[in-house]
Amino acid sequence: MNRTLISYLLSFALLAASPLVLNRFWLEVLNSVGLYAILALSLNVILGNAGLYNMGHAAFYAVGAYCAAILNTQLDIPILWSLPICGLVAAAAGALVCRPIIHLRGDYLLIVTVGVGEILRIALVNDIFGLTGGPNGIFGIDRPFLFGYKIRKPHEFLYLIWGFVAMTVFLFYRLRNSRFGRALDYLREDEVAAEGSGINTGRTKLMAFAIGAAWAGMAGALYASKMTIISPESFTFWESVLIFIIVIIGGSGNITGVLLGAFLIIGLPEFLRAYVGEFANARMWFFGLAMMIMMIFRTQGILPPGPRFFRLPKAGKEVSS
Amino acid sequence: MNLLRVEGMTKRFGGLVAVNDVSFSVDEGEVVGLIGPNGAGKTTVFNLITGNYIPDQGQVLFDGASIKGLRTHKIVDAGIARTFQTIRLFQKMSVLENVLAGQHCRMTTGIFGAFLQSPKARAEEQAALDLALEELEFVGLRHEANNLASNLSYGNQRLLEIARALATKPRLLILDEPAGGMNHQETDALLELIRKLRDRGITVFLIEHDMSLVMQACDKLVVLEYGCKIAEGDPESVKNNPKVIEAYLGPDDDEE
Ligand SMILES: Nc1ncnc2c1ncn2[C@@H]1O[C@H](COP(=O)(O)OP(=O)(O)O)[C@@H](O)[C@H]1O
Ligand SMILES: [Mg+2]
Repeated sequence: MNRTLISYLLSFALLAASPLVLNRFWLEVLNSVGLYAILALSLNVILGNAGLYNMGHAAFYAVGAYCAAILNTQLDIPILWSLPICGLVAAAAGALVCRPIIHLRGDYLLIVTVGVGEILRIALVNDIFGLTGGPNGIFGIDRPFLFGYKIRKPHEFLYLIWGFVAMTVFLFYRLRNSRFGRALDYLREDEVAAEGSGINTGRTKLMAFAIGAAWAGMAGALYASKMTIISPESFTFWESVLIFIIVIIGGSGNITGVLLGAFLIIGLPEFLRAYVGEFANARMWFFGLAMMIMMIFRTQGILPPGPRFFRLPKAGKEVSS
Repeated sequence: MNLLRVEGMTKRFGGLVAVNDVSFSVDEGEVVGLIGPNGAGKTTVFNLITGNYIPDQGQVLFDGASIKGLRTHKIVDAGIARTFQTIRLFQKMSVLENVLAGQHCRMTTGIFGAFLQSPKARAEEQAALDLALEELEFVGLRHEANNLASNLSYGNQRLLEIARALATKPRLLILDEPAGGMNHQETDALLELIRKLRDRGITVFLIEHDMSLVMQACDKLVVLEYGCKIAEGDPESVKNNPKVIEAYLGPDDDEE
């Protein structure tokens, strides 16, 4: 069988067994890594695959979280039921934001998405439509129920969150090896050539934003039910930057690389804090230094994606010459 | 029957009139050459046809219907595919992936289709792969399928662009200086390829500086100079047209 698949199965098996050896703290760290993994995988579709510099991804995370919180606290809709709705609402938000800025490139797009993220956060602080609870946010959000079983403890969330990560990895691998996934690559490599090869680049960008936003929205819903309280503070510019860094450091476009990035950027600082002491304050140093080293020695990230090679029938050899 | 008709097409870039009131037509099944000195506006004509630019004035008709103002991918979908003067491949992707790009507009699987991987989606994917391999075979690059596009020689990169364009199943294939950067042997092979394209029933419209290739390959020539059409007709008559000779060789000194 294929090596990647085996390493994935082994890693997920290790994660599944981790509650046997890890204490509450480390399980919470793993949960945090998992949530950021979902966020980074979703941004990876936009940033890594399509090459669109979105540095306002926390906005879609917030849309999903608030959507779940409002549906749950006002209409009593269970969190897991609301998951698809949150995904759709965030996707709509993604498409809506993307529509007017679709022609922007690189740095311009980056600046506008930073602006979008900030506008949304400020709207939340100002209690938009009287639904978001202002700076205090929304509290009293239900825990998720799975088959009538209430998910509450860290290890229970571990299974929920990492189950979701596993599903995301599975689906996104399929996406990458599909017509749509290739279209994203063409778009990133050369937009003019992509359009000239018959690809609707505008629509492809829109879909990339919609899919990325949908998954960030669902991550938001999971987050809301895990915390039971959400506020605008959880969705600051810094969150967007963090997700962006995970994708870039891990290896833009490569799913395994992005997962590795989530462990490094979210998990490693906790590890250092616990074992190297006094590291808490050096977190920023760590990021800055890591970024600098990467930008000098490995601009494509730790694990960049490669081209897809196809297993071909043998016919070609005989015909040549 | 005119497959492509350009009527009174004009394009200005600021003060420069890059294409000036140009009209011509390309018949189904023909190989037509667009020639003229550097900067005459040939590439601009191509860009106007493929929707990269929109004409300031004039009409572009494909198969009797106006395609003016359509987005490029719509025009590709309608049946016009192109290659670029400065090679525009997806350099970091494999040769086969490059050709698959052309199949995109003939496929339908969307995001949910990709998630579910239904038998229909798988069959479509397989068919696209098969067709891409066939087109690679056609241009003679089958054995490079899993190589990176950037590893190909200049001449082979041009062929790969043709294969990618062919994968869109075009009725009209537009080639911008396909022999650029090719050696003698490669140019000969290209001439052979153009003939094979005609045999497949694909209409070819090409820009080329290699006169020997143009004379051998084309049924008809259109000549541009400073954005204006100065001649149109079969290669022999165009070759002997005084205006064309002057455009290429400069004004005749003997007349002083
Ligand atoms: N996008 C553009 N903006 C401004 N000028 C352009 C542009 N594209 C082409 N031109 C100008 O139009 C003229 C015709 O160019 P082009 O069509 O590329 O010539 P050819 O392909 O015949 O060598 C040239 O003078 C060129 O500088
Ligand atoms: Mg040119």
